[in-house]
Amino acid sequence: MLTIKRVPTVLSNYQDDSSEPRGCGRNCLGECCLPVSKLPLYAFKNDASPDVSSGVAELPSDFFLNTLLLGQWEDRMSRGLFRYDVTACETKVIPGKYGFVAQLNEGRHLKKRPTEFRVDRVLQPFDPAKFNFTKVGQEEVLFRFEAGEDHKSLFLEHAVADETKSPSVVAINVSPIEYGHVLLIPRVLDCLPQRIDPDNLLLALHMAAEAGSAYFRLGYNSLGAFATINHLHFQAYVLSTPFPVEKAPTQKIPIENGLSQCRVKFSKLLDYPVRGLVYEGGSTLKELSDIVARSCIWLQENNIPFNVLISDSGRRIFLFPQCYAEKQALGEVSQELLDTQVNPAVWEISGHMVLKRKKDYEDASEDYAWRLLSEVSLSEARFEEVKAYIFEAIGLVESKETAAVEKNEGTPYQSSTTVSAAPHFTEGCLVLH
Amino acid sequence: MLAALTAPAIGRRADSTSLPPLASLTELMDPSLRLPVEQSLAARYSEWVAEALDEIQGCFLITDPGIAGHPIVFASRGFLAMSGYSLEEVLGRNGRIFQGLATDRRSVMEIREAIREERTLQISLLNYRKDGTPHWILFHLFPVFGVEDGRVVHFVAVQVPIRRRSKCLRSSAENRYDGGTGRFLVACRNEFRSDYELGCNPVVELFVDVDNRGLEAEESRQASEQEKEKARDAANSILSTLAHYSKLTGRVISDKRCSEAGISAINSSLVISLGRIKQSFVLSDPQLPQMPIVYASDEFLNLTGYSRHEVLGRECWFLNGPDTDADVLHQIRQSIQAEHSCRVRLLNYRKDRSWFWNLFHISPVRNATGKIAFYVSVQMDENAKSNEHGLSPHMRQLGVVGAVKVAVRSLSICAGPSRR
Repeated sequence: MLTIKRVPTVLSNYQDDSSEPRGCGRNCLGECCLPVSKLPLYAFKNDASPDVSSGVAELPSDFFLNTLLLGQWEDRMSRGLFRYDVTACETKVIPGKYGFVAQLNEGRHLKKRPTEFRVDRVLQPFDPAKFNFTKVGQEEVLFRFEAGEDHKSLFLEHAVADETKSPSVVAINVSPIEYGHVLLIPRVLDCLPQRIDPDNLLLALHMAAEAGSAYFRLGYNSLGAFATINHLHFQAYVLSTPFPVEKAPTQKIPIENGLSQCRVKFSKLLDYPVRGLVYEGGSTLKELSDIVARSCIWLQENNIPFNVLISDSGRRIFLFPQCYAEKQALGEVSQELLDTQVNPAVWEISGHMVLKRKKDYEDASEDYAWRLLSEVSLSEARFEEVKAYIFEAIGLVESKETAAVEKNEGTPYQSSTTVSAAPHFTEGCLVLH
Repeated sequence: MLAALTAPAIGRRADSTSLPPLASLTELMDPSLRLPVEQSLAARYSEWVAEALDEIQGCFLITDPGIAGHPIVFASRGFLAMSGYSLEEVLGRNGRIFQGLATDRRSVMEIREAIREERTLQISLLNYRKDGTPHWILFHLFPVFGVEDGRVVHFVAVQVPIRRRSKCLRSSAENRYDGGTGRFLVACRNEFRSDYELGCNPVVELFVDVDNRGLEAEESRQASEQEKEKARDAANSILSTLAHYSKLTGRVISDKRCSEAGISAINSSLVISLGRIKQSFVLSDPQLPQMPIVYASDEFLNLTGYSRHEVLGRECWFLNGPDTDADVLHQIRQSIQAEHSCRVRLLNYRKDRSWFWNLFHISPVRNATGKIAFYVSVQMDENAKSNEHGLSPHMRQLGVVGAVKVAVRSLSICAGPSRR
């Protein structure tokens, strides 16, 4: 049985006590407490809805991000709910072509009792015995974020939770990577495992759109790609500088007429250490979301770990299939890289690295970032193969001209029913942490 | 002088006094912006500049980054003709209204960063006209700096249509049009080439522009040297016009940032970010004795009745007066000493000596080095309307603190060594 040691990030103040069952009366996010709570609710606009509340003034454009999200975050900071003050952590742009961002943060990764967490399966059923977000105290929640029924966005300071629907919440990340680092937890009471589906990805895109700032991104890590908790969640924060991956050149992937209504533009990342797909456009947020979700679903069902970056206010989405954990388990990553203890999840892949040791921070170079991230990427051949399967899963075909360039042993365009991707991990691959 | 600035005086065409029927999404500008937008050019370049700008050939826009939303404050006749919009539909709006589905997002990011870093950029871009048709333009952006304080006062965006060339990038996409029209174009393109170079075959242009999907399929389109030169020439004409007229008001401009007069100890991109926060607050410098104010928002000036130059450099306690509770002041000082945030209610005085109860919140703000760079204090008049949008005043103040912390930290990651 393969094992790797990994030091995880603690996302909630309640995470350390995951093995002890908690009674209620603790004002948690479980069935016992949440339905009667009165968390504030931000109901984002539904363009198709009528103008029900015409008397109410529209919210200012910076309300969601500045006043609500950052303001509430600052409030939790003053209440001492974070493990450390992230603004006291030194951060810099590493000189180089892309400007990777490095942060020296010695407090982020703290000791924890070892628990086992399989990384050989991207899809794993929700386990209520393990830590999950229903055990989080409500003080860590900033507000509920759900679709409204009005054609403008509304904010209600004390909203009674609807008993028929499981609320979606935005909570603080107690080990923040930057000021304002939060978690979006869709339908928290439904205890969904960490897996993408079209509705929940759409919720994340709506959050990006409501924030209205290209510097507010959302990220997703699948199991096996350094998600730490198997309870569906996205992460988000503001960093007012472009991520290296956002600056990387791209090459458009031309599409045959297959889905002629499809307005989504597909591109491949060029000249970047991690190979990835870029999705843009779509006539609606939902169209873009559905295409990306279907891509992720194919990866999930074929056991390929991946990360998703939602940027440009939900208009540009990056998908990175990865293989770092497997390489780590097979001992294929150099010790020097392992010693920096950077787990390449979505933020690291995008170009934001948190370093634990002063020496690593001082020596941080674009070369180091490139070497680390190159280990994460699928090989060119494997990436092309996966890309072809993904297009098939979406019902699209790459234009023949480009396909002609990549002819190899067999054509990758087999019917999907008989072909399955080779198991990505050796069975029984575990991570100890 | 300002009273003379009615619509006709700033170049609006006399024949479009009534609003045209709007077929598409364009709402008119936010009414609260109308006055600042209309005065933006005249205040700096005098009311004569609009006429002079109208005489410059070419398509260009002028925007004002100091107004919320970074709106357009001038559009040339050539631009309006090219885009199909009327002046009313464009004034006060942000330049992103000309972007559309197939506009490359990475190019949009480059423009955003050039604006933030206050530098010149020349880039090909797919824009959309009012009727929804896309067209390629060479987008040439440059900042205009006020000489006195070194701040960016306007951006100018010159736009030169890029004609299709027989050699475009992404030829594989181009060669794969659907439908007869597209193929016809491809086959005959070489024949039309000489007419292209002369740049004057309207029949051909009709063919070129009719196939939107073909245009949208192009990943990018290179401008010719001629087109780039056209952009530069227009830019120079606009700049010299603005420079000339800025002398009339004494608020001289330049295309280069001159060394700053030292009024502001913080850099321009931080000032611009802070300018977007529409509440009363100031930043003070804790490294100097008496913690002088280095930034004050417009709302602070409105609340207290002071002008900006009366406030900058002043010690941050100056709103206090004879009846301000000394114990509360002591509490504030102790929090600053302990590097904590603090929230109090204290009696403060405006310039006219009237007093008000100030809901006051002060907090340390660190920059990318991790050290405290400023203190932000947020003021709120207790009697002012409260519970806006179901938010307590305190919650709104925290929003200011959060936004300031993000701005200071993020912008100092990229700042040069001499900046804070």
